[in-house]
Amino acid sequence: MEILLPVLYILAAAGFILAIKWMSSPATARRGVIVGELGMLLAVVGTLLRFEVVHYEWIFVAFLIGSAIGVPIAYYMPMTAVPQRTAVSHACGALASALIGTAEYFRQTPHGFVMVALALEMVLGFLTCTASLMAFGKLQEILPTRPITFTGQNYLNLGVLGLAVATGGLMIASPETVWPFPVFALLSLLFGVLLIIPIGGADMPTVIALLNSYAGLSASAMGFALDNKLLIVAGALDGSSGFILAVIMCKAMNRSFSNVLFGAFGTLQTSAVKTTDRPVRSASAEEAAEILDVARTITIIPGYGMAVAQAQHKLREMHDLLTKRGIDVKFAIHPVAGRMPGHMNVLLAEADVPYDKLIEMDDINPEFPRCDVALVVGANDVVNPAAKNDPSSAIAGMPILHAFEARTVMVVKRGMSPGFAGIENDLYYMDKTLMLFGDAKTVVGNIVKELTAVGAGR
Amino acid sequence: MNKYEVALWVFMLAAFLGFELIRRVSPLLHTPLMSLTNAISAIAVVGAILVTGADDASFLTRALGFIAVVASTVNVVSGYLITDRMLKMFKKRAPEEKR
Repeated sequence: MEILLPVLYILAAAGFILAIKWMSSPATARRGVIVGELGMLLAVVGTLLRFEVVHYEWIFVAFLIGSAIGVPIAYYMPMTAVPQRTAVSHACGALASALIGTAEYFRQTPHGFVMVALALEMVLGFLTCTASLMAFGKLQEILPTRPITFTGQNYLNLGVLGLAVATGGLMIASPETVWPFPVFALLSLLFGVLLIIPIGGADMPTVIALLNSYAGLSASAMGFALDNKLLIVAGALDGSSGFILAVIMCKAMNRSFSNVLFGAFGTLQTSAVKTTDRPVRSASAEEAAEILDVARTITIIPGYGMAVAQAQHKLREMHDLLTKRGIDVKFAIHPVAGRMPGHMNVLLAEADVPYDKLIEMDDINPEFPRCDVALVVGANDVVNPAAKNDPSSAIAGMPILHAFEARTVMVVKRGMSPGFAGIENDLYYMDKTLMLFGDAKTVVGNIVKELTAVGAGR
Repeated sequence: MNKYEVALWVFMLAAFLGFELIRRVSPLLHTPLMSLTNAISAIAVVGAILVTGADDASFLTRALGFIAVVASTVNVVSGYLITDRMLKMFKKRAPEEKR
């Protein structure tokens, strides 16, 4: 038994590594989930068999309750709620880690290295828990999605974090003193809330990824405290994964971490919006259908507006109709479109769009000059040519999809309101641009109807 | 080499391995990747079991451990199931042509 248990943990760690390795391609990804599950099973069995574990009744009751909550979430949650679900699961994971840290602190009043690891585990756990709940509130639109800022905000946030770290230091210096712990926990929880208050909806992909990273690092710190290598490895994998995704998201917006966390994007610029009354050309669904019907290549650019309007199924119908007529239809996916990394891909995959039609930004951009129609559905800042042409713009330097190079541009949009960054989009005023005003699902639905009619008329 | 030093080495190597593996993941799968790593980080359940099942656990530590086991079980179960549900949707061709 003494030899078997470490072997189970090592196999579990290997399972997690393979799981992530096989996520590199959709062809092997499902195999990855299976080895990941096996790894988790080995880890749990290996832990239950340890001699320290003697009371099983509470553990099995907790397994039952957890499964009773988890299984319905997994099967009944609509795919559109994926960002919210992710935020909630970050909160759950961080809560678990913070509570275990607390329990360990009261159980063994540890010293030195172990206490440092526990303090790290608890600060990351508590702050990620409340931050993720706040992110959930914003994604679910229970809380206002616009960033909320006030003067001195960054100083207040840093001050709270500084105090939390200081009380943590006090706990490390003298673990026997009781009073710093509740102060430490409250300050960490408070910092989590403060951290998310100034974050706006479009920055959510970065923040979700960063919270993913924190939750993983917290688990890793627990591994240090419990001297458990499996926890260290799994936590480090999760921590680096979240970190890389956050870096990718930042690059896709040409912004730095500190700018996302402390910049409160979107409020400062709103005052600078030029309210011009330049004319735009609007078109009906019928006209749009006629243009699409004679095109040879069409690129669809989805954004968060598509997710809000649930237009992905109608878009897939349109894609099918046009593809059957021999037209080349592709989807161009900007890395930060939506509310979490890869959001658009999941929604379109759910609507049965084959994944080889979902093209990344760097691969599709060279094709725009040869593209007959670029159809923008609920995206705004990611197609704003100001990012390329206007160095004074708030989004200058942000990589964009070159929709403006297409022969004809069509934009499905509810109104002329500026996007998240609060900047006007010159794309809408170009001579070759047609605006299709209305709810994305309704507009695309009407185009589908017109296309069917055009096809029948032949 | 004491055990903390070993632990730090393990952390460093695992973090670099993580960087190399994640960099290769196609952006197409970033959402399922995040839900998978979420399920993996629910490995905190190991710590939760140790706290809850310990012989010397007080009422407080057992209660905290109990909540932690529930929270991480939710993540394990829903994390893996949702990842699989998402991955099932990624198809190369239209459904009728598939296999």
